[in-house]
Amino acid sequence: MGPALDALSLRHEVTGIGAIWYREWKVFLREKSRIVASVVNPFLWLFVFGGGLGRSVSIPGTDYQAFIFPGILGQAALFSSVFFGVYIVWDRKIDFLKEVLVAPITRTSVFLGKMIGGATDSLVQSLILLVLGAVLSRAGWIPGLHLNAEKIVGALLVLSLTTASLVSVGLIIGSWMDSPEGFQLVSSFVLFPTFFLSGALFPIDRLPGWLHWFVLADPLTYSVDALRAVILGASHFPVAVDIGVLAGFLVAVVAIGSWAFKRMTV
Amino acid sequence: MAIIELEHLTKRYDDLVAVDDLSLNIEDGEFFGLLGPNGAGKTTTLMMLTTLLRPTSGHARVNGCDSVRQALSVRRNIGIVFQDPSSDDTLTGYENLKLHGLLYAMPAALREQRIAEVLELVDLTDRKDTIVKHYSGGMRRRLELARGLMHRPKVLFLDEPTLGLDPQSREHIWAYVERMVEEEKTTVVLTTHYMEEADRLCDRLAIIDHGRIVALDTPGNLKRVVGGDVVTLTVQSPNLDAVRALGVVEKVEQRGHIVHLTLPDAKSRLAGILQAIGDVDSVEVHPASLNDVFMHYTGREMREVGEEGGWAQRSMRYRSATK
Repeated sequence: MGPALDALSLRHEVTGIGAIWYREWKVFLREKSRIVASVVNPFLWLFVFGGGLGRSVSIPGTDYQAFIFPGILGQAALFSSVFFGVYIVWDRKIDFLKEVLVAPITRTSVFLGKMIGGATDSLVQSLILLVLGAVLSRAGWIPGLHLNAEKIVGALLVLSLTTASLVSVGLIIGSWMDSPEGFQLVSSFVLFPTFFLSGALFPIDRLPGWLHWFVLADPLTYSVDALRAVILGASHFPVAVDIGVLAGFLVAVVAIGSWAFKRMTV
Repeated sequence: MAIIELEHLTKRYDDLVAVDDLSLNIEDGEFFGLLGPNGAGKTTTLMMLTTLLRPTSGHARVNGCDSVRQALSVRRNIGIVFQDPSSDDTLTGYENLKLHGLLYAMPAALREQRIAEVLELVDLTDRKDTIVKHYSGGMRRRLELARGLMHRPKVLFLDEPTLGLDPQSREHIWAYVERMVEEEKTTVVLTTHYMEEADRLCDRLAIIDHGRIVALDTPGNLKRVVGGDVVTLTVQSPNLDAVRALGVVEKVEQRGHIVHLTLPDAKSRLAGILQAIGDVDSVEVHPASLNDVFMHYTGREMREVGEEGGWAQRSMRYRSATK
C-alpha cells in the first residue's frame, strides 16, 4: 500500500467502499426473487424438518422447533452469505469487474465494499426471518419460541459478525473461480459440512467424540451457539467465547480476502 | 515531458508473445494512436498501462508512476473506455454514472453536473432512468463513453471507442473529446480501426503488428513514406513491366487481379499508366491514406483483419451471458 494513507486518500477509500455497497444494494432491491427464495427455504426447514423430526426428538428444556430456530437462522445466513461470492464471478464474466478494478481505490476497499454489500443482503433476509418468526411464535405456531425486539436486535448483532465473515469466505472462493459452475461446486463442498457440524439441528454434545474437533473448528458452531444464547437464553459456550471466536474468524477472513483480491485478475 | 513511458514492455502467454519488447514515450497533452489488426497487442498494452495486467517483463509508467508498484497512483490519473461493455446492466444509465462518480470520489455537486453534461453529450438524457439491460447496443456504447469521460482524467485510454456507432454519434463524440483535450490538456491514447479518425485526431501514431512497433510518426510523415498518390486498378492480365518502364511509379504491388501503384502526382500520369498496363476493368486514384501506410508496413489491409468480433456481436454475447 506504500506510505500511510493520508486523510484525503482515506476519504476516497471510504467513498469507494460506499460506491460498491451502493451498487450491491441497488441490485439486491431489483432482484426480489432472491429475497423471496431466501425466506421460503428456512421456513420449510423449520416446519417440515423441524415439525416432522421434532415429534421424535426431545431436547431437554425446550421444544425442538424452538431449538432449531436459531440454527435455521444460522443456516440461512450461511447459504445466502457464501453464495454471494458467485457475484464476483459474474462481475468478471460481464466485464463489470474491470470498471471496479481500474478505479482509484485499493483492492482492500473493493473487497470491503463487496463484503459489506453481501452482509447487508444477508442481514435483510435475517431480519425478515426474525420478524416472521416473531409473528408466527406469537400465533403459537412455534411452541417454546418467544421473540421480542431486544432479542431480534441481539440476534442481528451476532448475525452481522456471522454474515460478514461468511460473505468473505464466499468472496475468497469467488475470486479464485472462473465459472459460476465451479463456484457452485466448491462452495457446496464448504457449505454442507459447515452446516451439519454446526449443531444447527442437534445439540453438539450428542456427536461422537472424534467429530467434536470438527465441530469446534466450524465457525458456524459459535454463531448458532450465540444465537441460542440470545434467543433461548441457553448456550453451550459462554457468549463471550462465541463472540471472540467469531470476531477472530472475521479478522482472519478479511485479511485473506484482501490478499485474494490483490492477486485477482480480470 | 513524457507522461507515458513504455520500457521494453513484454507480455508473454504460454505459447504467445502478445506484446514484444515495446518501448515508447507519449508526451503530455498528446493525442496518440495505436493502430494494428486484432491480436496485434493493442488491448494487452492498454491493459498493462491501466494496471489490470502485469507485464511479464519491462515497465509501463504513467505520470512517472510504475503500473505495478504504484498502481493506485496510476489509477488516480487515468480513465478508460473498454472495448467490451463493462457497465452493470441491472442498474440504470444514471446509476452507472453515479457509481462511477462515487468510485472516483467526485464531490456530489460536481458529480451531478458532469452526469447531466455527459448524458446530454451522448444523447441519453431522456433514457437515463432506463435499466441498461433494455438499452440497444449503440446506447450502451454511448453510456460507456460518457462514463469514461465523466471524471476528466489526466490520461484517457480509448479502446475502439466508436466501434459500432453511427457516423453522426462518432462526430459528436470526437468533437467533445477534442474540446476536452483542449480545455484540460488531456493526453489521449486511442486504438481504432477507423483510419480516417486516426488520421484526423492523432498527433502521432504507432503501427503495431505482432506485438511490435513497425512504424511511429505523425500521420503526415507516415503517409509521406508511402509517397504521393495510390492508384488501384483491376486488371485481368496486368503488364507490370511496361508500367515499371514508364519510370514514374515508385511502388508496385499486385494481389490477384488488383494492382496498387504508388507515385507522386498520379492524375497527370494516369493516361500513360492505363495505356501500359493492358485492359483495365476499374481504376481508382486517391491520395495515400493511413490504410496504405498500414499495408506498406504489414503487407495486409487493415479492413481485412480488422472487423472480426465487432462490438455488436460482443454485446450479444454479453446479453446471453447475463441471462
